[in-house]
Amino acid sequence: MARVQLFDVAIARSGDKGDGSNVGIKARTPELYEFLRENLTTAVVKDHFKEICFGDVKRYELPNLQVLNFILEDSLGGGGTETLIMDAQGKVHSLALLHMEMDIPDALLA
Amino acid sequence: MSQDKTVLIANGQGFWGDSLLGPLRLVEEGPLDYLTLDYLAEVTMSIMQKQKLRNPSAGYATDFVEMLRQILPTCQKKGIKVIANAGGVNPKGCLEAIQSVVKELGMTGIKIGIVEGDDILDQIPELMASGEKFKNLDNGAAVDSILDKMSSANVYIGAKPIVDALAQGADIVVTGRSTDPSLVVAPLIHEFGWSMEDFDKLAAGTVMGHILECGAQCTGGNYNDWRNVPDFARIGYPVVEAKADGTFVVTKHEGTGGLVNVDTVTSQLMYELGDPVNYLGPDCTSDFTTIKLEQDGENRVRVSGVKGSAPTPTYKVSMSYEDGYKIVGQLTYTGPDAIEKANLGASILFERVGMYGKPIPEADRFVELFGTNVCYKGIVKQEQEPSEVLLRVGAKSHDKKLLNILARELAPLITSGPVGVTGFAAGRPRPTEIVGYWPALIDKTKVTTRVIVEEV
Repeated sequence: MARVQLFDVAIARSGDKGDGSNVGIKARTPELYEFLRENLTTAVVKDHFKEICFGDVKRYELPNLQVLNFILEDSLGGGGTETLIMDAQGKVHSLALLHMEMDIPDALLA
Repeated sequence: MSQDKTVLIANGQGFWGDSLLGPLRLVEEGPLDYLTLDYLAEVTMSIMQKQKLRNPSAGYATDFVEMLRQILPTCQKKGIKVIANAGGVNPKGCLEAIQSVVKELGMTGIKIGIVEGDDILDQIPELMASGEKFKNLDNGAAVDSILDKMSSANVYIGAKPIVDALAQGADIVVTGRSTDPSLVVAPLIHEFGWSMEDFDKLAAGTVMGHILECGAQCTGGNYNDWRNVPDFARIGYPVVEAKADGTFVVTKHEGTGGLVNVDTVTSQLMYELGDPVNYLGPDCTSDFTTIKLEQDGENRVRVSGVKGSAPTPTYKVSMSYEDGYKIVGQLTYTGPDAIEKANLGASILFERVGMYGKPIPEADRFVELFGTNVCYKGIVKQEQEPSEVLLRVGAKSHDKKLLNILARELAPLITSGPVGVTGFAAGRPRPTEIVGYWPALIDKTKVTTRVIVEEV
């Protein structure tokens, strides 16, 4: 096991969806996708964004692209056109997610 | 029709305000059949309705017309057709402006098509009388609360009217609020003769449109492994090579900067994605879990396997309404104690605004100390006291005068507040209108589109 940031095992992109955001994360290998599918649950993501996301977190799976797509409801301080916060459209929620640290089996990190 | 026929489609404008270099370079730097350009965002239509109220010939993307002035001679020479949702709330005004430009350039034989019918702002009362509810798609709220402050209402129309304009020989097609993918699906239907019931093909076109719609965001822009992206300055805007069977290759012109690989394309597929199995559009429902991507040589990604199904019986409607005003001003506080001083500055500001007679309610106040991990709140720890922070302070209100008081009391904090304030070069902030966004649905049978094609 090694403790790594998700930056080492995935890429991500995010954008606004109403008063929430979506964060898509792509694992760098099929094996890492399976690992993230098991371990990167909505509960884990909700806890990671606890000071940003005040609504529900939903998750969709796209195994064909090695992608998990998260919807973070109520995470933009009131929505794309009304909010005053700097990251009004959740543009860097992607990098915020990749800051997460996880214990990942060495075999998957080769 | 030959199975080998390839149609080249590019996107040169990912949003209203994207680089002018995109379209200018795309028509010059390599082969191309169709140049598509996306000019719309949620609030765009509201801004354009206001422009049209002041000037009946305004209300479309004027910078599109100025861009056309620069590329039209090349487009005519090379036979490149242009499709853009630049018509805003006045496609006819846009048509007239383009006709003027064509004449000024001394060109002839250019056919310009427009698509109308997406703007339903004037029809809302009769549509509601006929049973349309326009409930808020996000939260189910009734539309009554915004009826008297609604500033725009536009239907996201599909590819069909654009196909009709192309069939009438249009070299340029301008729409109001069509979906971004429709701009791409339409030339595919026109070139390959696809049926409007061939949902797998329409879904493939929709996926193509989603990949293209943000311009260079699929060719290395905004991509995690940015160190691997060569020559950002000359980044190539995306070009697809489309085939009649619905498969296509995403690439960019030879010699341009940027990067096209499975990861850069996947990144864009993830952008603003909701439920991937039910990606709703006006012409079909696309299943993003069927998309197959593979590297097909340097800077080439092949896309295949896309499945789709019949669309829903409704169109999406984008409504906007006036929802008061907002203001944000900025001051830089330097250390020691930058955070404490910035917070004190903000509280002095709100107290002084109150001394004019009307305080801003707590709930409407806004304070953000940029430099304290506001974008990564609760995720990245602040290791030490920052030696400088940017105070972003403001408020929301329906009272514009109140926000102007806040604006004028910001600068005095430099001379009559705690020490260490600088960076007021941006000047006094101004209140801006808050444009509320209201997504809804409408029965497709209630919407009538019109196509006009005129030759200069």
